[in-house]
Amino acid sequence: MNSKVTNRIALSLIVLCAGIMAAILLALLGYILVNGVTSISWRFLTSESSTFLAGGGIKDQLWNSFYVLFLTMLLTVPIGVCGGIYLAEYAKPGKLTSFIRSCVEVLASLPSIVVGMFGMLLFVNYFQFRYSVLSGALALTVFNLPVIVRVTEDGFRALSRHQKEGGLALGMTHWHTIKKILLPAAFPSILTGVILSAGRVFGESAALLFTAGLSTPNLDFANWNPASPNSPLNMFRSAETLSVHIWAVNTNGIIPDVQTVANGSAAVLVICVLLFNLLARGVGKWIHQKLSGKA
Amino acid sequence: MMKASRGLTEEALSKQTDPSLLKESGLFKQLTNRYSESRGKFLIFSCALLMIVAVIAITLFLMVQGLRSFVVDHINPWTFITGMQWYPDSATHPSFGALPFIFGSMAVTLLAAVIATPIAVGTAIFMAELSQKWGQRLMQPVIEILVGIPSVVYGLIGLLVVVPFMRIHFGGSGFNLITGALVVGIMILPTVASIAADSIRAVPNSLREASYAIGGTKWQTIWRVVIPAAGANLITAIVLGMSRAFGEALAVQMVIGNARNLPHSLFDPAATLTTIITLSMGNSTTGSVLNDALWSLGLVLLLISYLFILLVRFLSRKRVL
Repeated sequence: MNSKVTNRIALSLIVLCAGIMAAILLALLGYILVNGVTSISWRFLTSESSTFLAGGGIKDQLWNSFYVLFLTMLLTVPIGVCGGIYLAEYAKPGKLTSFIRSCVEVLASLPSIVVGMFGMLLFVNYFQFRYSVLSGALALTVFNLPVIVRVTEDGFRALSRHQKEGGLALGMTHWHTIKKILLPAAFPSILTGVILSAGRVFGESAALLFTAGLSTPNLDFANWNPASPNSPLNMFRSAETLSVHIWAVNTNGIIPDVQTVANGSAAVLVICVLLFNLLARGVGKWIHQKLSGKA
Repeated sequence: MMKASRGLTEEALSKQTDPSLLKESGLFKQLTNRYSESRGKFLIFSCALLMIVAVIAITLFLMVQGLRSFVVDHINPWTFITGMQWYPDSATHPSFGALPFIFGSMAVTLLAAVIATPIAVGTAIFMAELSQKWGQRLMQPVIEILVGIPSVVYGLIGLLVVVPFMRIHFGGSGFNLITGALVVGIMILPTVASIAADSIRAVPNSLREASYAIGGTKWQTIWRVVIPAAGANLITAIVLGMSRAFGEALAVQMVIGNARNLPHSLFDPAATLTTIITLSMGNSTTGSVLNDALWSLGLVLLLISYLFILLVRFLSRKRVL
């Protein structure tokens, strides 16, 4: 076979691979949206799930997902950003720094179920938080920290040196240079990364199985007192999130309309994740335009 | 915030004659205060230390809990790892042999890599070598969206599409090893593709130009020059994908069939370390032998994950370029 023919064949195979990849995405999204959107209705989104009757909704699960996400972000962002700043600004090359780097790497590549088991040992059993929103959020914090650390470090490293030198030349301390000059400048890229990681946290399920639990008490959405046991804001109640719900109805579910509920929930989940993706792109672009004075 | 620094400059310039004013306004003091510097440094440093604490805590907690079954319940570690029988609920002879699960995990991981590698590397070559424009405009977003899709959704699709497909064309229940590997293989595609694309882009252009200069075709350049040059990094991409496949729990559990025996063929139901933990952890009481054995499985999972991490470090240290 002459080399030109081989070239043709090989290159078409490569294009085929890319085509398969794109086709997988289309098929996945198409399947989920076509099958799921029909079962999404206002009633589906706003009614409670049922344990054995048909016609259950996902109100509580949807709320739990957002609540756990919110708490996780509240914990992760400050700690992760500080950790990233350390690695980008303060860390001197040495054993300690490379150890911290390895730890971030380890945290990022541990299976999420291992993080879930750790959460069960420490937060659920040892700290006696039981299966709760708080345990779930803490486990997801461990899961999400390395992502935020990396995003922050990359954001800081991408800044031009002049910004830092400018601050230091004014006699500002290093810390104030970071706080007043570098952090605001790195803000857009950090925000984009944070929103993207939010999508990841929103869809996470294995880490929540043993920490947030598989059930939700009857929530009273008129009761916003965080201390009362049936309040949606209570942090110490168990909380099944949307992605855990998809798994649970398929595995132990005895409701007759498993497929409808699972498809509908999956469609809601995927739409939320897509929105996070779009938001991340949009926000990044918008802030960039604002800062560069084009808008 | 940029305003703050600009304001400071203007203020400093206008009040050069009277430095006491600047001191009184407090801004000067605030921005050059050594105490706040050390406070900030302390805050930042403690957050960084938290990473170390987290890793050590995870390792220690799982280690202590995972060793209970050997220390407290006197299960022989060797029979635990090599035993073929997992009958924890048998009243007379409960047996805890984890080999079928370890084997299942390995099989799913390897098969997933075999399924994912050609397509992922092909896509990476397309993005980095063939068409930068389409790679940037089309494939980059495709990969980003695929990475974002939650694993449960992959599991659900596997359950609703792949399982019936297998049942119709290959017989059986459709819940089997190859279905699990296929679902996970598709799940790790975008991860492998995006890291592989980065490693191909990192190959210096001079190598390609040298190949074209001696009359190589595009494919010869890719096959003989670019891929060997990207070598170790390409393998890193695949290993990272494998470590993700190894740790995946719910998506595999939904489609693999959860049999406790060693599968005899690709079309037999199987189980992995993650699936058995997912399934049994909720039904076992804390402190029971079954519960301890599950934590030992968790420990095995953790140790193999560490092996993957070490392998990735080893590979990325051996940078050819």
